[in-house]
Amino acid sequence: MRATAALSGAIAALAALPARAVEPVMHGAQKALGIKQMPWVFLIPNLLAVLLFSLMPVFINLFYSVTGSDRLYPVDRPYIGGANYETLFDCGNYLDPSTCSRDLFWRALGNTLVFVPVQVAAMIGIALFTAICLNRDIRGRGFFRSIFFFPVMLSPVVVALTWQWILQRNGALNGLLTSIGLNRVNWLVFPDSAFFWSVFVTVWAHMGFFTIILLAGLQSIPRDVYEAAKMDAASPWRVFTRITLPMLKPTLLVVFILCVIRSVQTFDELYVLTGGGPGSATILIVQYIYEVGFAIQPRNFGLAAAASLLLGAVLMIFTLIQLRLARGRNL
Amino acid sequence: MANLILEKLGKSFGAVKVIPGLDLQIDDGEFVVFVGPSGCGKSTLLRLIAGLEEASTGDIRISGESVISVPAADRGVAMVFQSYALYPHMTVRENLSFGLENIRMPKDEIARRVATATKMLQIEELLERRPKELSGGQRQRVAIGRAITRDPKIFLFDEPLSNLDAELRVLMRVEITKLHERLGNTMIYVTHDQIEAMTMADKIVVLRKGVIEQVGVPLELYNRPRNLFVAGFIGSPRMNFVDGTITEVTGAGLSFQSPHLPPLTLPARPGPLRAGATVTLGVRPEHFTLSENGTGWPLKVSVAEQHGANSYLHCVTPDGTPMLIHEAGQSHVARGDILRAEPREGHWHLFNAEGQRMPLDEG
Amino acid sequence: MSEVAARPVHSAILQFLTRRRGRTRADWTDWLTYAYLFVGLAVMFAPVLWVVLSSFKTPVNLVEFPPTFLPYAVETVEVEGFDEPLPLYEVATEEGETRLLAQIRRVGLNAQMIDPAKPEAGRVVVAVADAKPVRHIQFYWGNYAQLLSTSGSNLWLYVYNSLFITVVATLITVVMNSMAAFALAKYRFKGNTLALVAILMTLMIPPTVVLVPTYLIVAQLGLVGNLWGVILPTVATPTGVFLLRQYMLTIPDELIEAARMDHASEWRIYWRIVLPLSAPALAVVAIFSILSRWNDFLLPLVVLNRREVFTLQLALASFQDENQIHYDQLLAMTTLTALPLAFAFIFLQRYIASGIASTGIK
Repeated sequence: MRATAALSGAIAALAALPARAVEPVMHGAQKALGIKQMPWVFLIPNLLAVLLFSLMPVFINLFYSVTGSDRLYPVDRPYIGGANYETLFDCGNYLDPSTCSRDLFWRALGNTLVFVPVQVAAMIGIALFTAICLNRDIRGRGFFRSIFFFPVMLSPVVVALTWQWILQRNGALNGLLTSIGLNRVNWLVFPDSAFFWSVFVTVWAHMGFFTIILLAGLQSIPRDVYEAAKMDAASPWRVFTRITLPMLKPTLLVVFILCVIRSVQTFDELYVLTGGGPGSATILIVQYIYEVGFAIQPRNFGLAAAASLLLGAVLMIFTLIQLRLARGRNL
Repeated sequence: MANLILEKLGKSFGAVKVIPGLDLQIDDGEFVVFVGPSGCGKSTLLRLIAGLEEASTGDIRISGESVISVPAADRGVAMVFQSYALYPHMTVRENLSFGLENIRMPKDEIARRVATATKMLQIEELLERRPKELSGGQRQRVAIGRAITRDPKIFLFDEPLSNLDAELRVLMRVEITKLHERLGNTMIYVTHDQIEAMTMADKIVVLRKGVIEQVGVPLELYNRPRNLFVAGFIGSPRMNFVDGTITEVTGAGLSFQSPHLPPLTLPARPGPLRAGATVTLGVRPEHFTLSENGTGWPLKVSVAEQHGANSYLHCVTPDGTPMLIHEAGQSHVARGDILRAEPREGHWHLFNAEGQRMPLDEG
Repeated sequence: MSEVAARPVHSAILQFLTRRRGRTRADWTDWLTYAYLFVGLAVMFAPVLWVVLSSFKTPVNLVEFPPTFLPYAVETVEVEGFDEPLPLYEVATEEGETRLLAQIRRVGLNAQMIDPAKPEAGRVVVAVADAKPVRHIQFYWGNYAQLLSTSGSNLWLYVYNSLFITVVATLITVVMNSMAAFALAKYRFKGNTLALVAILMTLMIPPTVVLVPTYLIVAQLGLVGNLWGVILPTVATPTGVFLLRQYMLTIPDELIEAARMDHASEWRIYWRIVLPLSAPALAVVAIFSILSRWNDFLLPLVVLNRREVFTLQLALASFQDENQIHYDQLLAMTTLTALPLAFAFIFLQRYIASGIASTGIK
């Protein structure tokens, strides 16, 4: 509490200087506009920022996706209709990326389609199990909670470099393996092992976040429900399936949606850890957008925008379906 | 002079008319209590006067001047909130002086006012504490102190005692009454507790659904409730009601007949009631006489509550109407007994089918 | 007690899944829990510990395989007639005893050594296979020193850039979000819901999806290659507004009405009453903002296109792009980037956790 107080105190002190300048402006606004308009005065900075950097980009993206050339400014870009989408979907055989004109897009898409379910399942499974363990009456709960949460605070770059250091040929993992008589493996050079470590490292970095949410969900289940179940002589398995899981469902739903949205957007860790490689084995859709729009010359903003709109649409539909299903089940 | 006049004052939230439009006059120095069940609009009315809600129709005049479009801070009223609304992060002193600092009052004047208010309320030693460190009663005093420092024309109290325990409530009741005597300001006090209303008020305003049911001094409301609602609301325990009909109207009075009960002759002036009219008779629990001679209403005791100094007998009439009887001292009646009880003459309240009071000759 | 002991094993496993706090006796499911948690401890914490320890290793120690857990340095000794201290070796002689010798130079599979106790005895030729370096645990600061000397001034620039972005963006975020939250929580006005929905809708827009247009807008504002170019797009966080609004809803309206009757202007109500009372929520928003801004990668990657405006994260990632990875400096820099924040937040962990738990959003 003292740390928070100190932090907010420091922030208050820092912010007090501009605030003194703002006060007369706000008083003037209140005098000129009246109390009724004051909420808008308070809202406007934030609304402007939201409009400029969140809502407007969505519409600009639409515009980009139907225009061509490598020019950044919209007025310079000729209208080309659905050509960007056609390019993305131009494929001889959708199951074989090498027949597509943009094979990297389809590889990234294919990778994402494997990566997301595997990562989400692993993430939620491990996070739930960890949360259940941390919800038990054990010593050092706070300590273990911190430990599992700790990687969440590390930057993705640090996470990736840390694991790269461990997984390299002369790294700690190979050291462990040789000490028990196994051969060294060049973990990030083989597609399958690189993919496995991509999942592992992202789960490692983010599971603490979901563990905390699930733990809060578990702790919010009132104890007397368990006591009532005990009085009703419910077996432990029934208590878990009929009380814990159903009462945790709203939390699980939130965790699931968040987890999928973030999983689809995975970029930073893998960009540094594998760079999408070996070859294109671990390139995911966001990295494709980055590569096409910013890294590969000439920059193809139109294609990047088309790909990101498709991504956004898929995410939106997914979220809506989930929420609808949840409402249908009366959660 | 700070009298208050409400003219056709109305308030709607969307399509819901919380207060359809009421008129009221409050004189300078009066202690007026708004009382009514929850949802009757009494708090809304107070907030309209304070300026915290905007009136939909009508006018409010303080000392003759319309304040309907004056912001709350400039109306010359101070409010004591139900939750006290003390600023939790400020000390008592800061709480008391915040409002005065906002109008850039000189520091020594602020100090003087804070000192006067704290002395009056005996909270000088609490000045450097924060609200969290105060007891409920102390917070109450600080909240009142904050109102006093503003030196308002009118004090507004919004159910200020409802968060205190019973014992403290009695104490604070007395203190607020004393404060009123001392300051002499106009005070408006909202409560749902009719005992607070009866004990504190110069004038009670009984409200229901945004409509004034009756205005009067406390005992007038008790003795002559204007309608069934006021009759039921004022007085504790509640008045008993018996439905019946007028069987006969004579010069001497009215004959009241209820099924299964012996008829009763009520001394009434010639009024609008005709034979055959449906009426309700009201008798307060304390206005029964237990008769030894077998006359009166036969009542079956279902519960006998012994409070020590008083006894309350929960009875039912033969047709199942509940009837509560107060007996001074300790009662020997037990559950299942059949009592004979007679309403005491002159303490009858008669209401017509619309619930309006019918004039009776009283003793 | 005997019936507890006789409980079937599968039931005990299930009990493990449902058991809650408030018992006194530990059974084997507790041990299983501890086992899992300790494995977790190793998997979660060891990698970071490993990197930190590695950053203190000498370049020689660093490339060794199998790697040593702790940083070791070779013992050296001053020998008369040699300017530099010589590394000390334990040499197994043919007679089966071991001698301590200092190595002068290595030639193929043999090494020239000298006995530091008796330098006058002259040089000895020893097979490398017979010599084992004498080592002791030593934290080597050379990597850090090297990092500072090679990219010294740049490094401080990266730190400054990161700090500037973090502090300024956090301040703006906290003030702007709390102002919006105050309006949304404490006023009834037309468009209240609309404004809230507009702000919350942006939750549904993943930042990566609007990367290109965000870049365009930043470019239009002339902020490419400018620190403000990564500050402005991030300040209107919908989560911050939402979290603060939810918190401010719990501040009683009566307080605000009391302040209004106390002649406080709307700004004073916000600044003197609502803001101080929202301190816990403000702290959570500030912590999240600091975390995300310090760790930001993708937006800085596209907007900050010159070395002079690199953040620590960009600089760190750029270590990799060069042809050869200088692991010694990379590890030192990784440690420097991660540790300050990690340690600061160990203390604030509880608030972060409660913030996440109450909103489910980072």
